[in-house]
Amino acid sequence: MTTTTLEPIIREQPFFSGFEDKYLKLIVSCAKNVRFDEGDLVFREGDPANQFYLIREGMVAVHVMASQKGLVTVQTVGQGDILGWSWLFPPYRWHFDARTVRPTRALAFDGKCLRTKCEQDHGLGYEFLKRFTRIVVERLEATRLQLLDVYGAHS
Amino acid sequence: MAPTLEISEPKAAADPMLPVPCRIRRVRNETADTFTWELQPADGPARFAFQPGQFNMLYVFGVGEVPISISGDPADTQSFRHTTRAVGVVTRAMRQLRAGDVLGVRGPFGSAWPIEAAAGRDVVIVAGGIGLAPLRPALCRLLAQRRRYGRIVLLYGARTPQDILFPHELERWRGKFDLEVQVTVDRSADTWRGNVGVVTTLIPCAPFEPANAVALVCGPEVMMRYTVRELQRRGIAADRIHVSMERNMKCAIGFCGHCQYGPAFICKDGPIFPFDRVESIFGKAEV
Repeated sequence: MTTTTLEPIIREQPFFSGFEDKYLKLIVSCAKNVRFDEGDLVFREGDPANQFYLIREGMVAVHVMASQKGLVTVQTVGQGDILGWSWLFPPYRWHFDARTVRPTRALAFDGKCLRTKCEQDHGLGYEFLKRFTRIVVERLEATRLQLLDVYGAHS
Repeated sequence: MAPTLEISEPKAAADPMLPVPCRIRRVRNETADTFTWELQPADGPARFAFQPGQFNMLYVFGVGEVPISISGDPADTQSFRHTTRAVGVVTRAMRQLRAGDVLGVRGPFGSAWPIEAAAGRDVVIVAGGIGLAPLRPALCRLLAQRRRYGRIVLLYGARTPQDILFPHELERWRGKFDLEVQVTVDRSADTWRGNVGVVTTLIPCAPFEPANAVALVCGPEVMMRYTVRELQRRGIAADRIHVSMERNMKCAIGFCGHCQYGPAFICKDGPIFPFDRVESIFGKAEV
């Protein structure tokens, strides 16, 4: 039932374009719909990272606790964005907190299951690595731009 | 006779080096360090025409002269506006001036955003920080002729929620059904419920058709560099991406050479350039 419902949704997401059919079916079998209310904790820094999310609606803020500044929002993700890459890289623990800013609907993917499948089939693993490495690179670039403080008085 | 500031081309000025005395009609504080002036010629109202993207040279008597983009609505020909951030000697002196004070104005100078050429296309406006000010006239003109364009998208990035320029206007624009407005900040406090992240992160999901879109980009050069890269990644051709460049301008008419940028002068050939014209030197530290 879940497979027939979620497959068209997953197929139309740019993130999943280019996956072979056999892989897409496997991915669909690892996906489920999830809902969060405003202010819900999606994951907490240090906890095991066994999922990733595709945001369908709403917004999630990624936080880091900075002792002097308190909880600092470093990024928000919204519709069409992928949330969470720690499931793919050891030690498989979240590096940040994530909390919803608005009521949020998402697809949650079982990262633990997919990790196992990636180990068994390196073709699948490579497809995931290509996509998640790009996300990590984009976020690294964005972080560097934030660090540059380009709108600051001395820029 | 009231002085006439009606200049559609820089060459039309009788003496482009001669400042026209203008009076500050109104001062509005936009953020902690940014303010907007509404100006009129000191001798009384005169028709003032400019193209979105052009700038004036503002002369604070006894202090100095700076180039500042015009931020007003081009449909308003009775007065003109400048939005300025107080960061240097002259702009800090400007900050001390009040309504009724007089300063010298030369202009308008420079090239304009390609509003006419964009007719029939989607228009993507990407602004960073105070870069929204030179783009405001373009957006006003686009909205005045809304039916001539496809989708209009404004993507705006600011440092913090407190640094967002024209917040009330952004809210009004966001309320329009035929305009997509997305705002993000680089850092935020807990009370901010909008996007956090650099403005380039808004581009991948922004609703426009890259093959038929024109992009207008203004902000710090490093922000424009990453923005152009992201716009090109989405599929907008370099000749349909327009950037607003900034260098040290003095004469504003291409004589002094202070603002030379490769083979061009920013004041005379710019400040607005199609990206393909500056691509080979864009972001190079030596230029």
